[in-house]
Amino acid sequence: MIDYILIPLVLVMFASAISVIFIKDLIVAVIVTAVVDLITVVLFFFLQAPDVAITQASIVVGLTTFIFVVAIMRTTRKEEE
Amino acid sequence: MRHIFALIVVGTLGLGLFYTLSHIPFGKGLSEVSKYYVENAIDKNDPHAGATNIVTDIVVLYRGFDTLGEVTVLFLAATGLSVFFFGLKKKEYTCEPSLIVKRGTGIIFPFILLLGVYIFVHGHLTPGGGFPGGVIIATGVLLIYLCCRDYKAPHSLFKVIEGSMGTLFVIVGLIGLIVGGSFLFNFLGAGKTGELVSAGIIPILYIVIGLKVGAELSGLVKDTMEDV
Repeated sequence: MIDYILIPLVLVMFASAISVIFIKDLIVAVIVTAVVDLITVVLFFFLQAPDVAITQASIVVGLTTFIFVVAIMRTTRKEEE
Repeated sequence: MRHIFALIVVGTLGLGLFYTLSHIPFGKGLSEVSKYYVENAIDKNDPHAGATNIVTDIVVLYRGFDTLGEVTVLFLAATGLSVFFFGLKKKEYTCEPSLIVKRGTGIIFPFILLLGVYIFVHGHLTPGGGFPGGVIIATGVLLIYLCCRDYKAPHSLFKVIEGSMGTLFVIVGLIGLIVGGSFLFNFLGAGKTGELVSAGIIPILYIVIGLKVGAELSGLVKDTMEDV
């Protein structure tokens, strides 16, 4: 039963992880990376590591994405060239 | 040529990682140190016990010294990031935050703070602990910055909390050193498992770590979102 939930999630995770390489817009790439991390949270939860899941959700999905976005905003964006 | 070289490097690294990881017997038997944890972390006569799960016992009581190192690393990382953002020009916002963000922040911000405090106060009873609780508080501060562009966080308050909590962590460790003979010794005893006031110094340390990490990362959010 749980496989029917997890297998599509892992497929989405795999597809997003690969598509990050090919996305030209940096902000979009950061958001797609956050999607990969968000699915990792679900996987950690099902692996019976809820404390790791909480840490992953707050630090990796929350703060790391924020720091990436701020760094991209405050430096020069070169991907149009 | 460069692509082929990159492919070779990545392939070698990947094969090496796969080879190493495939030889680790995951879930088959326990190593010596794991056996020690499983036998002693549940035994309530051992002073190094008292939390409702073994992971918390290991992280705080057996390996509390590592936590001190982690907090130091986080401090260095936050300082480095602030230095990195110091000279950069702030980008002007072209639009106001929407009404939904403004109203929603007002409703949800107290609950984010409450959740963060809950997670580190109940660190010895439920999953979580000082680090996630502190980070959740910092994301609440980030939400305030997203909705109110003119908001200025109290920087000196963050610094005072951070410094005093770091000192308190070392003081708790030193009391353990004097009383029990080892740094971060659980001098309060295990107590009755499952109650809020139990597990000795775990709640104290988690509150200290939670406040320290929360103040530290809120200061980081402030440094990155404001003109310094």
